[in-house]
Amino acid sequence: MKVLMFGWEFPPHITGGLGTACFGMTKGLLKHGIDVLFVVPKAYGDESQEAVRLINASDVTVKMREPVFQDYWNQITFMEIGSNLIPYVGPVEFEKMVAEDLRSTEEKMNPVFAERFTFSGKYGQDLMTEVSRYALIGATLASEQQFDVIHAHDWLTYPAGVAAKHVSGKPLVVHMHATEFDRSGENINSNVYDIERKGMEEADRVITVSNLTRNIVIERYGINADKVFTVHNAVEPIEKAELADSEKHVKEKVVTFLGRITFQKGPEYFIEAAKKVLERDQNVRFVMAGTGDLMEKMIRRAARLKIASKFHFTGFLKGENVDRMFAMSDVYVMPSVSEPFGISPLEAMRSNVPVVISKQSGVAEVLNHVLKVDFWDIDAMADAIYSLLHYKSLTTMFRQHGTEEVNNLKWENAAAHIVEVYNQVYQK
Amino acid sequence: MRSICLYFQVHQPFRLRTYRFFDIGADHYYYDDYQNKHIVKRIAENCYLPANEIMLNLIKEHGPNFRVSFSITGTAIEQFKKYTPEVIESFRKLAKTGNVEFLAETYSHSLAAFKDEAEFMQQVKKHAETIEQMFGVKPVTFRNTELIYSNDIADKVYKLGYKMMLTEGAKQVLGWKSPNFLYNSRPHPQLKLLMRNYQLSDDIAFRFSQSSWGEWPLTADKYLNWLNIIDKKQDVVNLFMDYETFGEHQKAESGIFSFLKALPGIVLNSKKWIFRTPSQLADLLDPVTTLDVPYNISWADEERDVTAWLGNDLQDEAFDTLYSVSDIMADCDDEELIRDWNRLQCSDHFYYMCTKWFSDGAVHHYFNPYSTPYEAFINYMNVVSDFLIRVKEYSENRIAGGKPLKKVEKTEPAAPQKTIKAKPVKETKPAKPKAAAKVTTRKAK
Repeated sequence: MKVLMFGWEFPPHITGGLGTACFGMTKGLLKHGIDVLFVVPKAYGDESQEAVRLINASDVTVKMREPVFQDYWNQITFMEIGSNLIPYVGPVEFEKMVAEDLRSTEEKMNPVFAERFTFSGKYGQDLMTEVSRYALIGATLASEQQFDVIHAHDWLTYPAGVAAKHVSGKPLVVHMHATEFDRSGENINSNVYDIERKGMEEADRVITVSNLTRNIVIERYGINADKVFTVHNAVEPIEKAELADSEKHVKEKVVTFLGRITFQKGPEYFIEAAKKVLERDQNVRFVMAGTGDLMEKMIRRAARLKIASKFHFTGFLKGENVDRMFAMSDVYVMPSVSEPFGISPLEAMRSNVPVVISKQSGVAEVLNHVLKVDFWDIDAMADAIYSLLHYKSLTTMFRQHGTEEVNNLKWENAAAHIVEVYNQVYQK
Repeated sequence: MRSICLYFQVHQPFRLRTYRFFDIGADHYYYDDYQNKHIVKRIAENCYLPANEIMLNLIKEHGPNFRVSFSITGTAIEQFKKYTPEVIESFRKLAKTGNVEFLAETYSHSLAAFKDEAEFMQQVKKHAETIEQMFGVKPVTFRNTELIYSNDIADKVYKLGYKMMLTEGAKQVLGWKSPNFLYNSRPHPQLKLLMRNYQLSDDIAFRFSQSSWGEWPLTADKYLNWLNIIDKKQDVVNLFMDYETFGEHQKAESGIFSFLKALPGIVLNSKKWIFRTPSQLADLLDPVTTLDVPYNISWADEERDVTAWLGNDLQDEAFDTLYSVSDIMADCDDEELIRDWNRLQCSDHFYYMCTKWFSDGAVHHYFNPYSTPYEAFINYMNVVSDFLIRVKEYSENRIAGGKPLKKVEKTEPAAPQKTIKAKPVKETKPAKPKAAAKVTTRKAK
């Protein structure tokens, strides 16, 4: 079986969890004998001013084609499309970013692709235009390539998937990694919502990353429940050198929040819980790692609660610093208000850090050896944190069973469920 | 005529309220009164009252041929007094018939035998006194919490003066032997043992309403056929189960009460069987052989061991933390502290922390007010943290007041061999358990 897959990022060009997920998923699918034709838009900047960034990006691209990746690359036909699609931002932020970076951009194309398509003029300056352009590319590809099933990841690629289905008549599977409600709460962007809904309506099957997301899809988008299937995400096993505990320079215990400081991630509940713990126990420090539109508000709140001497903001962390942060942590908290899946607790668990997660996260559906609380229940959250700091058998148990639990969440198994969904619609 | 021994366990724990860490040192009331009242009232209505009514009628109908035995924990009695005195009254009516034996156990359904011998002895005495006071008869038969038994426990029970004890007919102990005989204990041959027939007991207690079960629906006639296939030389069938089987675990709609009403009549009409109590059997039967039980057995789960209560890190930390003050509590005269000490020892709290998710998880879930063992642990540890602060304050006040605590002479009881499982005896080699035991003991060192 051959699958035409529309994504928007792929390692190492990733800004969020989706690229990692797609990478793991395609590797898993290959183990089940599925050929994947992966289509990805690729953002390039201005040739002159953005050259430095461009080169850096190219460097990583080259790395990607090193032997480590070759096994997979050889089997996946990989294409890049010149486009500006940036994940995790809505049209408004996109416009801002594009306005700053790409004021007068010439089109820059991957040579492979450029031979076939000639984009005239400039990049589109708004996200919806980019999405439409991606759809055109989807349709063109669909007419040229041989494949059996179309698989599209998240709303930006749905129009491409739908277009490909119309041109080819092949079945379409759309994959919901996050809904507009997860990104924006109740203040949704109706254009995005419409694209999501139309994509799912046109699709033959919808895959959701958790039952939580499945319910949203059914209840808030009115999608026929019979065609919506949950396939929980998995994680790639990591083999990195353990960072020694000596990395930690404070004598207090460290409780960490790591993620975007936005409404969706529930940072304020973390601060309120921190206050409750600090009232009883001064031998602990709280860290909020990441950045986002609520960051200033959170700094003000921490100051107002007079816990700023024990509550720290690190700003955005990346790569090795993330690992270092985990190595320093005694407890990891993910208080998300709405989290379709949530990969970060799994990363913490792999680093032997016990975790507290909100029940409003998809990952809560697959984990037993964690503490689960409602995001709004700051008493329970504070209690969970306090217990992990004081009752040592909890940490022992989590370290003992948590790692095992995470290691059992294999992409190969998740991919098997995806193949089952393909088979439901596959026309031989 | 051969014997059927019916014994029903009646127990209700004091469930804890949600107790946060910021309550520690600030609030010393630990119990969820609303939930406890609600549950006890519900079960009284669904089970205790209607089942006792049926028992009373069966005794009236069949006279001395129908006898049953109960073990009612101290924590259950306290709650009946408080919330459903009519349950106490109905048990008293049963007691007056003279056809009912009440057994002795630990007052608060505790696991004290593993940790604190003096406390264990004291609790058994307290329970026996309570039963005598309530029902006018001093118990002469002992059953330990969850039918937990080992040579070590047999020794303690014998020292308390009991000559008959009930336990599980666990495969790892009996091997090829049948549970349908009277046995005696290895450390004290004078202590006789009745072994639960788990097959026939669980057919009623667990499988009665399972429509997926091949034998469903179970009728009294069919059950009598099963009894009759048992080899004629086997003396006694021990049917031991939670009393809540009737109307609570197996709902009234399943027909469990009709079964309960019908069974004794059908069994007695066959003229092959008669219902006897443990103390009658102690006088009637001679033990066939001695049972050596170096490792703890119980009536729980597939393993029939104590891993439902002890053995994972959470359970062990909670258990050790609570008993860290047993020296002080041995000579404590503060009524509220004694009350909490009793209630916190209840084995149910440790059961809620069990992490054996996948095998017997469904059964555990039914009995568990917490959604995860971790929540159970956190809540319990918060409560115990407060309790320890109070006990320590009490102890300091005693010293300051010139009445220091008496040093209690204590022999450290053997720790439960919770990580070691006794290997099942091979059918052809009855001598195996001793050898196997030696090997595992060595490994344990």
